[in-house]
Amino acid sequence: MSDDVKVVEPSGSTDSTGTTAQPKTRRILTLVRDTFLQRREASVLIVALALMAYFEYNRSIFLTQSNLLNIAQATAPIAIVATGIVLLLISGEIDLSVGMTFALAPFLMHYFADFYSVPAIPAILLSLIVAAGIGWLNGFISIVLRVPSFVTTLGTFYALQGFVLTTSHAYPAEIPKSMDGKIREWIGPPTGWSELIWAVAIVVFFQIVLTRTRWGLHTISVGGNIVGATEAGIKSRRIKIGNFMIASVLAGFAGIAEAFRVHTIDPNLGGGAQIPFLAISAAVIGGTALAGGSGTVAGAFLGALVLAELQNGFNLIGISANPYFLILGGAILVSMIANQYLSRLRRTGRT
Amino acid sequence: MSEVLRMEHIAKKFGALTALRDVNLHLEQGEVLGLIGDNGAGKSTLIKIICGYHRPDGGRLFVNGTEMSLRSVDHARSVGIDTVYQDLALVNELSVYHNMFLNRERIRWPFLNNAKMRRLAKEHLDDMGVNIPDVTVEVAKLSGGQRQAIAVARSVYSDATILLLDEPLAAMGAKEGALILDLVHDLKRRGKVSIIIIAHNYAQVLDVCDRVNLLQHGEITFDKATSDTSMQELTDLVVSEYRTARARRS
Repeated sequence: MSDDVKVVEPSGSTDSTGTTAQPKTRRILTLVRDTFLQRREASVLIVALALMAYFEYNRSIFLTQSNLLNIAQATAPIAIVATGIVLLLISGEIDLSVGMTFALAPFLMHYFADFYSVPAIPAILLSLIVAAGIGWLNGFISIVLRVPSFVTTLGTFYALQGFVLTTSHAYPAEIPKSMDGKIREWIGPPTGWSELIWAVAIVVFFQIVLTRTRWGLHTISVGGNIVGATEAGIKSRRIKIGNFMIASVLAGFAGIAEAFRVHTIDPNLGGGAQIPFLAISAAVIGGTALAGGSGTVAGAFLGALVLAELQNGFNLIGISANPYFLILGGAILVSMIANQYLSRLRRTGRT
Repeated sequence: MSEVLRMEHIAKKFGALTALRDVNLHLEQGEVLGLIGDNGAGKSTLIKIICGYHRPDGGRLFVNGTEMSLRSVDHARSVGIDTVYQDLALVNELSVYHNMFLNRERIRWPFLNNAKMRRLAKEHLDDMGVNIPDVTVEVAKLSGGQRQAIAVARSVYSDATILLLDEPLAAMGAKEGALILDLVHDLKRRGKVSIIIIAHNYAQVLDVCDRVNLLQHGEITFDKATSDTSMQELTDLVVSEYRTARARRS
């Protein structure tokens, strides 16, 4: 029985017959190939590095500190939103409304602080709690009332957009005075790396949650086999609704950071539908499948980095912003086709 | 030998359809009981009553001598009754050991204690004679027989004392089937678990079961020790049922 399943140690050291006879370089190459196939993040990391090298070769200002800061600031909000999207995709759901939670949270913070005189930090926390409520509502409608989450969150996307536009009269607002200083410096300064540091911390935290905790294991289970997971006694509703809440809170936080950085609270912050689309793109390019059951938060961060590099690099080279979308579209398709192929390889144990 | 499960006059209707008329069944400690019968005879309804999914309309059910009314699958599981379904309830994307401990994970707060789960899973599978080369491999990479074996091992590990195997040999090659039969033989030898197997293949039933029950039209019409019956007798029973039904129709 053991002979019809070929099992490979991740180290790939001694399992295949005849490795000892191979020259050392060959063995290293095999090892690289195996890690490459085993670790989803590896391929997108290589793409990110290659793009860096390419743009630096063409425009030597690509790797200057000020330009790296630009890239970091474009990467951070998408990476934070994509983290929540990855958790949802793994559990077999999706959230388009993150784009509007992103725009709404800074307004809520402004309303609480300026209209209800709530102090700075509580105002931020309150708006994140409201974001969590939006996530809960998305989850409740999708999971308990059984409306597909794509449709649910399409609905909440427009509802929230209406709410933002109505309450703001479609005018931008200023950052509340109480936050325009230390707090802004901490969360989203115009120059400085704190937004990226938040993004990295969030990505690392949720990557650990995904791979090392019960919550992560159960997220994979409900996305991989909902019937089986429920039969094993996993509270699948709680897991899915919880992930909706995480996604909304992260989107709200990213929106607040972005509003601080651009120093205005804009109803069109992030470009509305751009946010969920870019976040899903980052997740997909990073190696998360829409089918549920598998995915990686670290990959989504690298996906967001690749998107930011492309946009920035095109700017530097002087190509107009328009072909950026052509490349983005191609990147999504290529990475998905590669993903299908690789996961088939992984499944058959050929790696 | 003590009785772990007894059903008396169990009946179940779905609207106008009578699925079970009057089922009387018993299962002894450490026994392997084969439950056969044609499609529509009520096998799956019977299993779903035992595992707590359906509640019977009439009759009594005893677990370890105590009369019980099973409220839910969880309730049945808490008294030691567990079912291994064909769909297996395994998560393909997870490793063997994570599946073994699904929702019963060992924790070193706040993290999963993967090292401990790996070790325990390996020990337990070895102990049951299930040969899985590497417990860290995703179950998607395993064969149907191995997956079934893991599902059975998981139920046994979670202290199931009455195990219901729903068509464990369906859609399985000879080699794969042999793996499961060996596992059942092994469980029988240890005598801790009592098993009801639902099957179509009479040869396999005769090979592994102590006793055979035939379910026809919502009643147990035949109950004999395997040593007192034969392939021929079982086949004749089912075929004669078909013949009389046809004679009645024409």
